[in-house]
Amino acid sequence: MTEVRAYEPVIGIEIHVQLRTRTKMFCSCENRFGAEPNTLTCPVCLAHPGTLPVTNAEAVHLALMIGMAFGCEVPERSIFHRKNYFYPDSPKGYQISQYDHPLAVRGRLGDVRIHRVHMEEDAAKLVHAGSSGRIHGAERSVVDFNRAGTPLVEIVTEPDLRSAAQAAEFGRLLQATLRRMGVSDVNMEEGSLRMDANVSIRPAGEATLGTKTELKNMNSFRFLERGITAEIERQEAILHADGQIEQETLHFDPRSGSLTSLRSKEEAHDYRYFPEPDLVPIAPTPEMLERARSALPELPAERAERFERDLGVPAAAARMLAFRAELGDLLEAALAADGADARALANWVTNEVAARIGDSDPGDTRLEPAALAALVGMVEAGDVPRSAAKDVLGVLVDEGGDPREIVASRGLGAAGSDELAEIVDRAIAGNADAVEKIRAGNDKAIGAVVGAVMREAKGRADGGEVQRMIRERIGS
Amino acid sequence: MSRELLELSAAEAARRVRAGDLSASELFEFWRGRAEGDETGSYLWVADAPGDEPESGPLGGVPVAVKDLFCVEGVPSAAGSRILEGYRPPYTATAVSRLREAGAPVLGKTNQDEFAMGSSTENSGFGPVRNPWDPERVPGGSSGGSAAAVAAGTAPWSIGTDTGGSIRQPASLCGIVGLKPTYGAVSRNGMIAFASSLDQCGPFGRTVEDVALLASVLVGRDPCDSTSLDHPEGIALPSAERLDGVRLGVWGLGEEGLEPGVAEQVRRALGLAEELGASTEEIALPHAGHAISAYYVIAPAEASANLARYDGVRYGKRTEADELLDMYELTRHDHFGEEVRRRIMIGTYALSSGYYEAYYGTAQKVRTRIVEDFRAAFENVDLVVTPTSPTVAFKLGERTSDPLAMYLSDYYTTPMSLAGIPAVSIPCGLSEGLPVGLQVVGPAFAESRILDAAHALERAIGFEGVPRT
Repeated sequence: MTEVRAYEPVIGIEIHVQLRTRTKMFCSCENRFGAEPNTLTCPVCLAHPGTLPVTNAEAVHLALMIGMAFGCEVPERSIFHRKNYFYPDSPKGYQISQYDHPLAVRGRLGDVRIHRVHMEEDAAKLVHAGSSGRIHGAERSVVDFNRAGTPLVEIVTEPDLRSAAQAAEFGRLLQATLRRMGVSDVNMEEGSLRMDANVSIRPAGEATLGTKTELKNMNSFRFLERGITAEIERQEAILHADGQIEQETLHFDPRSGSLTSLRSKEEAHDYRYFPEPDLVPIAPTPEMLERARSALPELPAERAERFERDLGVPAAAARMLAFRAELGDLLEAALAADGADARALANWVTNEVAARIGDSDPGDTRLEPAALAALVGMVEAGDVPRSAAKDVLGVLVDEGGDPREIVASRGLGAAGSDELAEIVDRAIAGNADAVEKIRAGNDKAIGAVVGAVMREAKGRADGGEVQRMIRERIGS
Repeated sequence: MSRELLELSAAEAARRVRAGDLSASELFEFWRGRAEGDETGSYLWVADAPGDEPESGPLGGVPVAVKDLFCVEGVPSAAGSRILEGYRPPYTATAVSRLREAGAPVLGKTNQDEFAMGSSTENSGFGPVRNPWDPERVPGGSSGGSAAAVAAGTAPWSIGTDTGGSIRQPASLCGIVGLKPTYGAVSRNGMIAFASSLDQCGPFGRTVEDVALLASVLVGRDPCDSTSLDHPEGIALPSAERLDGVRLGVWGLGEEGLEPGVAEQVRRALGLAEELGASTEEIALPHAGHAISAYYVIAPAEASANLARYDGVRYGKRTEADELLDMYELTRHDHFGEEVRRRIMIGTYALSSGYYEAYYGTAQKVRTRIVEDFRAAFENVDLVVTPTSPTVAFKLGERTSDPLAMYLSDYYTTPMSLAGIPAVSIPCGLSEGLPVGLQVVGPAFAESRILDAAHALERAIGFEGVPRT
């Protein structure tokens, strides 16, 4: 009988982030996505003879902010290297990157340690005409140099992640953090945020790492999770069959769910890194560091913690409010209006408001934070039943307005206690069978009586309150 | 009139134009005619007309010949390479712009070793340059065209580049003055790169004053070149006639490969220096003898990356092929010359995984030692003097089959390149009827001091240039 061993995945992530700067990394071309091909170019980013790179100070500032957001150490000097390779997306025949002296080292985001943060330039974009979609066998390949020289920051984590889901969750935290900082568009579809994963597995409880493979360029968190899951399963199957994991670079096809090898260890490039002689080292001054530090907003991880700690918001809701900064902003603005309890408001924002607006920004709707606070306050006070309040929220989102006026004009206010008591009495009288069953211990029968009350009250009553009144009257 | 224009120094011509005694357009036409009549192979392109350079500028309308590797907008700029044949840059090098803003129109583009790789200009993709002193001999290199043009009187002055001696050695072999400034003193923007940490632009002239005048407008920080620096003192026109109290450190006169005739002329110049009040002493630069070895690792390593952009994709020559890799290989095989291919191979090898430390790493350590050697030397002496080239001009074809013999031409010039310090070569006499160069070297940014010393020596030596026709 084969022994089936339990394996533990060990995952590290490499993230490429395009910085949101005015100009490119080493020239003064505009840095913008979506322009007509080859309109944002100059002799420098086309690598004309004799041109020289000049480091973009704004890019250094944003990269320092990223390093500081992770609490990294920033060495006194970091230097650029040339990473040599021939390909049409590399106009100089080398990429200017950082190698053994990166901008920032040893940080942390959430539970994950950050190994390093370094700066580099993006490559041009290749488009291959033909069925293969790859350069090999293409009828024609064209190059768009608009992207060449776009400032990039590469973030490398330590192999601290232990599951595909955890990796995706880390990705979302990172995206929310960078978005909050305003340093990047972090748009995975447009490629301003790109993720690679290094995956290995080892027998549970062992300390040594297994052979890792690299999953390239997953363009959504869902694909990242599915790709890692598929790779873990593939590696487990190999080890269960007493095989060996090959060190290789893999591509995950989200349509077929399959993994294909891009290159093996033997085919690995020798990039012949050497210090870039056209640039001087980056030596951040205390002023530069202070400027980067003071430009940092409150980051999602801190904000979630604050919501949980200071407002008593449950952890999951706090994280959602922090990851989607616009929801957190709505909550804080509504709290400032002083109309409702923080927990109740947070509950409404993360459930009802989020369900109503989907992925859009509440700032783009007619919903005023003070109106939301007033509405939630009315629900808490029992002035409007919850179900009716959801309809009012719909009106606030679509049209805006004062929730009190909406409730009054549409007759949605909770029925008064005398009125409600009369309705309850009539319902008990009119449902004698059900009342008999309740008294006999069939608790479910109460539904018929509640239903009768709710019908007559036309939704202006709270179901829980109605149940309480019925039980009180029939003494069950 | 034309005889008189030919004899005038460039600085004197500039003074006369600025004073209104000489017409800038006549001057340009005169030099254009000389350049068109060149028989040494110095020119790859000659300008039709000047631009709108201000005659009132310090260079007073005196046209300047420019080494091919300086990009000039719309003008053929191929760095002596077939792979860039027909390439016309969309922008102009900072050094050229500074000359033009100071009043010097571009006279033409001068021939050179392909991508500045060579010591004889025989590696040009467009044919060799001949030494005006003897057409059977090389002018030196890589800036052979810029040197030969000035020596032959087809240009009043010129600029070139020096990576391991490419200004000083051809100046020496052609009997003119050539200055390699401190690394970083002149912008490299628009200079087609050979080895970025070593390349430096500098002037050629018939007199030390001409060279100083050109250098004074070339230097200065350029926002387009991160490695450029503001010259702390600027460059003054030389005026010294004496060398009283100047301590000269003499290096390299005992070397085996040094021609006796060259050593003799250098010794004679040192005797004149003493008569002018200088003291001389032999000094040791313990690691300078290894400079050639370090240089021929570092320069090819950087070149292997700098020349990767000539891939047939965006500009320049392309050999068509069905597959990308074939296109790369054929393009680079067909359109690079043999020496360029050799150095790309050497540099690629030196940077390869497993060899990097042994070659590139060791070479960088040697470089650091050489920097320290000079620093120590300048604690005891004011300037260092050496022969510029171990030999006088050699014959065309004599060393082309022996790259190592060719590389040894740079024995006396590579230490200063690796140290990034300024050095000027001035003619100090003849050996076997051919010019001998004396190299005067100073600490970083000491251009004014070495030019002053060179100026005083120039007067004492009284070198007569090549007979002009």
